[in-house]
Amino acid sequence: MSIDKDKIKHVSKLARISVDEKKIDSLTKDISSIFKFIEQLNELNTDKVKPLSSILNEPLRSRKDVINDGKIRDKILQNSPNKNEEFFVVPKVIE
Amino acid sequence: MTDITKKSLTEIIGLLKKKEIKSEEVTKSFINNIEKGKKLNSFITNCNDQALEKAKNFDKNPKFDNLLPGVPIAVKDLFCTKGIKTTAGSKMLENFIPNYESTITNNLWNEGAFLLGKLNCDEYAMGSSNETSFFGNVINPIAENTVPGGSSGGSASALAAELTPTTIGTDTGGSIRQPASFTGTVGLKPTYGLCSRWGIVAFASSLDQAGPMTRTVEDCALMLEAMSGFDKKDSTSINKKKENYSKNLTKNIKGLKIGIPKEYRVDGMPNEIEQLWENGKKLLKDVGAEIIDISLPNTKYALPTYYIVAPAEASSNLARYDGVKYGFRSLKGDNLIEMYENTRSEGFGDEVKRRILIGTYVLSSGYYDAYYIKAQKVRQLIKNDFDQSFKKVDAILTPSTPSAAFKINEKKDDPISMYLNDIFTVPVNLAGIPAISIPAGTDANNFPLGLQLIGKPLDEQKILNIAFAAEKKINFKQNLNRWWEK
Repeated sequence: MSIDKDKIKHVSKLARISVDEKKIDSLTKDISSIFKFIEQLNELNTDKVKPLSSILNEPLRSRKDVINDGKIRDKILQNSPNKNEEFFVVPKVIE
Repeated sequence: MTDITKKSLTEIIGLLKKKEIKSEEVTKSFINNIEKGKKLNSFITNCNDQALEKAKNFDKNPKFDNLLPGVPIAVKDLFCTKGIKTTAGSKMLENFIPNYESTITNNLWNEGAFLLGKLNCDEYAMGSSNETSFFGNVINPIAENTVPGGSSGGSASALAAELTPTTIGTDTGGSIRQPASFTGTVGLKPTYGLCSRWGIVAFASSLDQAGPMTRTVEDCALMLEAMSGFDKKDSTSINKKKENYSKNLTKNIKGLKIGIPKEYRVDGMPNEIEQLWENGKKLLKDVGAEIIDISLPNTKYALPTYYIVAPAEASSNLARYDGVKYGFRSLKGDNLIEMYENTRSEGFGDEVKRRILIGTYVLSSGYYDAYYIKAQKVRQLIKNDFDQSFKKVDAILTPSTPSAAFKINEKKDDPISMYLNDIFTVPVNLAGIPAISIPAGTDANNFPLGLQLIGKPLDEQKILNIAFAAEKKINFKQNLNRWWEK
């Protein structure tokens, strides 16, 4: 599988990262070499192998659905780069 | 006492208990070294005044019924610390001040320790040389212009240079063991789920584990005991009784079976590493262990698997950095989407962006099965290899890294050669098992080299014991000329 500039542009759109036009060639080259490296896995036949998604044998625990925090609005807003009293401020979304 | 900073953590605690020294003196001595150690660039945030105040408070009413009484500890800047900036080595979190404390650091403070500072690391723990940090390269105290390894490079550098008596790091693919190996220190990656991940800035959640970095194996056992334990706030935390690793530490390893995997003998591995491994085998035999040849046939597929799984999880974890709720926000862009794109482009460094793009790609529609599911299948094969081997042996001995510490900029422009640093450490993370690196010798430049002991799940005690026996035999002496103080 070859990686070209258009693919990098598409993926950067999906990842919401704007890519500097000047850097796109070196980025494409680096990512292509990494894909060449990871495609070694194709040597292995894994048809009968089940994918491992968690190393733990037990299923994830569930907890009772109870409110255990709350009233921390100001704390949560504290680190926001742009806030207005009780809200996060973002660029206008609706015309 | 002038050379308190040269003592091990266990020795310092002993002196505190005997009232031969006060916590304030200990803290002042380390702060003094920190002031003289600025060239190493191992700290991002200093907490000198706060640490001294804690030390004085401890001395007023000293209590010795816990594991780390009156001990100042600097930690990797990936652990959230309440009211203290936590950057993850990134511009994105340059001014982030958590209003909560990570479970691991909280465990340390509950055992009587207090925060000495926050240590530099690769950005979001992505790197093997500490060259990806927004806050600059960390230097290895063994030589100028030399990397300390990564991603816990600041932790390893500060520990080796005696700027902190002990420290903690995180290990997703080798980020504790590789820098420990590069700096002549001890580092342990615990079984996945033994140490809580709550409050640690996430990289790859199915691989991330926090662990101790220390100057001796005895200190390592003590720190692991202090850090570990069930945490209901981490859904993958293992619910089991806490173990007394330090009390149960023994050099008696007679009759233990140690496996030597033939696949770890890689092309181009320096003779010195081969020799180091041979010596390790010999000395373990001398103390009564049995050496057995084993095979881990899928070893060569571990790194390619890792470079699918880790970026995939990272791309998902790092989606949260959108410039809205916390962290950096770009002022460029006319609408919400452009704000996101510019924030993430300006806030993340090149390596982090590269991994997010790889991760996004392998998870994207049409490629998910070919890459991500394929990697999860190979991960199962790699785990099976270890499961099979541990039917025959108690632990596995390998080199920690394929080389000693390298020069700054030497591998920066070649991602694959950088990734190959983790060739011996990555399989352990994929299998979720514990491993420890101990200093075991030096190369021709007198740079430290480490040996790695890999254990069964939750069998930390056994690898600590083997490491303890080996450490005594190896008798490694750190030989630093303290160039950074000149």
